[in-house]
This record gives sequence, C-alpha cells and structure tokens, in this order.
Amino acid sequence: MTTDVMEQESHNEHHNDHKMPGLKRWLYTTNHKDIGTLYLWFAFIMFLTGGALAMVIRAELFQPGLQLVEPDFFNQLTTVHGLVMVFGAIMPAFTGFANWMLPMMLGAPDMALPRMNNWSFWILPFAFAILLGSFFMESGAPNFGWTFYAPLSTTYSNGSTAFFVFAVHIMGISSIMGAINIVVTIMNMRAPGMTYMKMPLFVWTFFITAYLLIAVMPVLAGVVTMLLTDTYFGTSFFDAAGGGDPVMFQHIFWFFGHPEVYIMILPAFGIVSTTIPAFSRKRLFGYSSMVYATSSIALLSFIVWAHHMFTTGMPLFGELFFMYCTMLIAVPTGVKVFNWVATMWRGSLSFETPMLFSIAFVILFTIGGFSGLMLAMTPVDFQYHDTYFVVAHFHYVLVTGSLFSLYAGAYYWLPKWTGHMYNDSLSKWHFWCSLVSVNLLFFPMHFLGLAGMPRRIPDYALQFADFNKWVSIGGFAFGLSQLIFLAVVIKCIRGGEKAPAKPWDGAIGLEWTVASPAPYHTFSTPPSQQEIDDADQNQS
Amino acid sequence: MNNEDKANLNTDTNNSTRTSTNNAYSANNKTVKKLLLVVLAMFGFGFALVPLYDVFCDITGLNGKTNTSAAIYDSSGIDKSRLVKVQFITRNAKGIPWRFEPVINEIDVHPGEMKLVSFYAKNNATHDIVGQAVPSVSPGMAANYFHKIECFCFTQQPLEAGEEVEMSLQFYVDLDLPADIKTLTLSYTLYDITEKSS
Repeated sequence: MTTDVMEQESHNEHHNDHKMPGLKRWLYTTNHKDIGTLYLWFAFIMFLTGGALAMVIRAELFQPGLQLVEPDFFNQLTTVHGLVMVFGAIMPAFTGFANWMLPMMLGAPDMALPRMNNWSFWILPFAFAILLGSFFMESGAPNFGWTFYAPLSTTYSNGSTAFFVFAVHIMGISSIMGAINIVVTIMNMRAPGMTYMKMPLFVWTFFITAYLLIAVMPVLAGVVTMLLTDTYFGTSFFDAAGGGDPVMFQHIFWFFGHPEVYIMILPAFGIVSTTIPAFSRKRLFGYSSMVYATSSIALLSFIVWAHHMFTTGMPLFGELFFMYCTMLIAVPTGVKVFNWVATMWRGSLSFETPMLFSIAFVILFTIGGFSGLMLAMTPVDFQYHDTYFVVAHFHYVLVTGSLFSLYAGAYYWLPKWTGHMYNDSLSKWHFWCSLVSVNLLFFPMHFLGLAGMPRRIPDYALQFADFNKWVSIGGFAFGLSQLIFLAVVIKCIRGGEKAPAKPWDGAIGLEWTVASPAPYHTFSTPPSQQEIDDADQNQS
Repeated sequence: MNNEDKANLNTDTNNSTRTSTNNAYSANNKTVKKLLLVVLAMFGFGFALVPLYDVFCDITGLNGKTNTSAAIYDSSGIDKSRLVKVQFITRNAKGIPWRFEPVINEIDVHPGEMKLVSFYAKNNATHDIVGQAVPSVSPGMAANYFHKIECFCFTQQPLEAGEEVEMSLQFYVDLDLPADIKTLTLSYTLYDITEKSS
C-alpha cells in the first residue's frame, strides 16, 4: 500500500514538473525555489543599485568641497541608499534564503502559503519602482534620511513624502506576508518527527525573525501613515503647532527601528551557525543556548529603542534604563560568538569560501558589536551621536555582518541551487578583495567619527581629507569586488564541475539528502525519522 | 485509491505535525488568522502609542510639557526662604514674520507666589496671520511644578497686518519644586496656523 502511494506521488511530482514557458513561469510561479530565486536576484539587483548610489556618495566625499552633486541631491542619495539596502537588498535576500531553504530543511514539499508567496514577491518591484522613480520627478527623491524624522519629512519635505510612504507601505505588506508564510510553514509543515528542538538553528532564527517582522512592520506602517496625514491631511501627530510632538515620532519610529536591526542580523546568525559546523566537521556547540540567546535578543530588542535618542533630552532615569538594557544584549550576543568559536575549537577546519566569509563574519561582526557597546554608553554617545562613528558601527554589523553571512550562505548552497560547483579561485578573489577593501572602507570611519566628522554631509573640514580619500578608495574597490560575485554566480549557473548531492563532507541537514540541483519538487514524501535525526544539530 | 483513503493513510503514518491535506489547510488557516490579528493589533498599537505617550509624559512630567488649560491658584502659602529664577525665551517657527519677545527676560519668584508677565507680539506681514505659541519648560522635570493660571498660549492669537499686542501670562511655581532646581526656562515657539484655523 505504501508503495502504491509512493508511486502515485512520484507520478504527481512528474506531472507537476511542467513549468509554464518563458516569463509566465516566473510571474505565476508558486514554487518556493522559483520564488526564492526571484527574491535573491531582486535583492542582488537592489544591492548593486544601492551600491551605485553609495559610489556617488563616496565620489563626492573623495575630497573636501562640493564637486559632483548639490547638497540636496546628496541628501537624496544617502536616504535612498539606506532605504534600498535595508528594505531592498538585505531583507529580501534573507527572505530568498528562507524560501529556498526552509521547506527543504523542514522536509516539507513547499511553503505553507504558495500563492501568497507569489504576491509577496511580486509587489516588491512596484515598491522600488515608486521609490527609485521619485529620483526622476520634479520633487526629487526623499531627502530626509532613511529614518525620515519629522518635521524633516513633513513640514520641510521636498514633496516626495507621498511616494516614500506608499513605497514603504508596499514593502511592509510584502514583508508581513513573507513573515506570516515563514511562521505558518515552520509551525505546520515540519516533517513528522521533527520537533522544535530538532529544527536546524537556521530555521529557528528565521522563525524568531518572522515574529519580529509581524510585530513591528505594522508599527512602521502606522508611523508612515501618520506622516502622510500630517503632511497632506492637516493632522498634527508630530506638529507642535497643533499639539503634537516631533520627539514622539522618534519614539514610534525606533520602536520599529530597533527590532528591525535584529531582523537584519538574526538570520545571519542562522546562516553562520550552519556553515561553521560544516567546515569545522563538528556539531554546533550549544545548540539550545543558541536558541535561547536568539529569543532573548529578540525580546530585549523591544525595550532598547531610546538608545537612538539619548541626545533628545531624556531624563537621567530613562538614559540609564536604556543604556543598561542595551548593554544587556551583549550577553546573549556574546553567548553566540563564543559558541561559534567553541564550535571551531579543535575542529578539523578547512577554509572553503563559505567558511572564509563565516570566519570574517564572526570577527568583523564582533568589531561592530563592540562599537555598538561604545555607542550604548550614554555619556560618550553625546560625542558619537550622528558622527561617522555611527556610520562605521552599523556598516560593520550590516555589511561585514549581514552581507558577509549572505555570501557565506550563497557559496554554501550554490551547488545545491545550481547543480554546479562555483569557480573556486574566482570566489577566493571575491573574498579577499572584499575583505581588504571593506576594512579600508569602514575602519577609518571610526577615527573620522571620533574626531567629530558628522554623518550625512556632502562637505567636510580639511583635516578629514586624508581618511576620506582612503575610505573612498576602499569604497570603489569594495563596489568593484562585488561584480566578481556576479561573475561567479553566472558562471556557476551556466556550468562548472558537477556538484554531488552533498558537496561538503561536514555538512548536515535534510537539504543534502536531495539531489543537486535540487529537483523542482522535493519532499513530496516526508523524510524518514532516521534522516531527521541525522540532520539534527542538537544531537550530541 | 481515492483521496479519503490517502488522507487516512497519512493520518496513520504521520503521528504529529503534517496530517491529512485537509487538516493541514485548516491548521494553516487558523495560524494565518491568528497572525493577521497580531498584525492588526500592532498596527493599532502604533496609533495607541500617541495617546499613551501623552499620558506617560503627563504623569511623569517628562518632555517639558506644561498645562494646556488654566490652573487654579493654590494659595497654601509662599515660601519666602527660597527664590527661583524664571527665564523667558521666544522663538519663531519657520515662516512666521512676527516680532515676538518677552517684555522682561527673567524674574525671581518665591515658590507659591503668583506673578504676571507680558509678551509683546507684532504682525510685520502685510496680511492677517493667526499665531499659536507652544510652551515648553526646561529642565523637563520642572514642567509639572510650573502652573499657568492665565496664558496667551491657551488660545490662538489672530493679528491683523501690522497689529501689535501685549499678551499676558500669569503663573506660580509649586511649593514642591525639587530643591535642586534653581532656574526654570520657559520657552515659547510661535507657529503660523492661519491655514489650519480657517
């Protein structure tokens, strides 16, 4: 009887494998692998777009004085660079990973809500068409910073507020739909016998991230709606003249904004918790402490928002409260870093490209974490606030943190996605060029910030000239290095050494039990208990 | 083999999570509905933060917000042993061409003692403007101890082109003002609200 079912299912599988021709396949697809691919390509295109904006910023800052762009246009560049990188590159890239990997890691045939999955991707390009299209309008693009503080985005807006708000609404709806899909998939689609504590840590981090998204994206939608009505419909949420309060904007925004930064880093923790054990040929050290640490980071992220606002004139008690809560986050984060190091300790390490990016992640993300601790100290934050020190901090956690983890994950699973091994020497070039240039790009920013160079300015005092020149050179080199990755991926899709089902000998996980490239439909029949137990990171 | 049989078989073989297709659909629907409720609740929470913020500031006296309607003078006595300096500053928001300034810049008061001061305003524009002054006290913690009995900021100030006016503020400082506060600054920002008031 079982054989009968198997036969029938494999028949169905074969039948469903017919893809629609050409563009229709991608427009109408409900297949998690197709949608994952769409997300990943979209994120990479947005990454190059946001990167191009950053190149103009760095070209302008190459030397003091105004060379290339007007100050107002410079503000538009920094604003849209931030928005595109956060909402267009990092977040969709992680959603792409979730779509590709979650069903395969859970032993599920697809995401729980495939049709909604299609929608949540396909509304994204419209959001960014609106946002980027505003560059070509009379008003210009948003110029009030990615944090869109009122009254910069209301009273003093250049007229781009409506486009900005609608773009953010669409991005928010997309993120919420994606997050709901992830939660439902993880709760209801796990293979029989896979308990929560048998899930790969990768799945756990996306689970917790999805909850964060569901909790805070609606708050973002609310605050941009308030901006919209303040700007165009005469309400006074943030307008002191009508009894509102601009400082309240910052409170509501950062209530969203701080969990948002963990939305961008928790999945990165999940990726390196997969790659480091694979190339250390050991199980992940302290699996359950990793789960609890991730959960505590997520919970703490809701009570630290005002550390972005130390200079708004908070009472001493508030400053102390938010300072200590913020520093508390260093504890679960430290647990994670030590667990990764302990995983590597006495392992048989090998240094394939995913491992190189993972190790760079651990070291450089920790640097970003330490500068975050410095910023958490209220007394010194008064000096660091709104300087390049802050810019250095969040680029260390987002570029050498989130982005490097994305590269680690991409190289790790490229053989599974494409069925080919990537070009190894080209990928090593990508890593080493990126590593050197990213530090040349962001490390001197610490010194610039400590010396008092403010962020978001098109011109600066003469004493900052040398460092800025180095930073710009690092920026151009880092930007060019990312084109190597594009070349690696295209080469890998077109051909290359045939990848076996499991190209990494230390890798564990259900995704390696299916062929490479992963068939269009996987796990139409759930994996066996033996396979689930073999893939269990929690096994001692 | 029909679908029902297959569903039954799945129920038999799969012990916990993925059961029959129908059950999976209804489980998914249930979870989606719950999550959508959370989304709606958090959207509402974003707006609920607005009144919550005001209540929080009101109770704790954070943020330097003073009373927006007339307080009643509490004549329980004057603390002659203590003098508090009250300073007045004014500021025009962008785009209101009024001359707006305090008649006296600072005054020493005993806690509990009522004082009357004036502010001068003149509309220098060639058209009528409605102004609204928004007060704020620094240090913020002192706001709850600064009571306005009468203030021009309680109402809007319509001034015709070229019209000038002296506007009064009557206030007292609370006897319970914390001892470490020796100076209070009352700041007024003047906004043009002609469009909103018409």
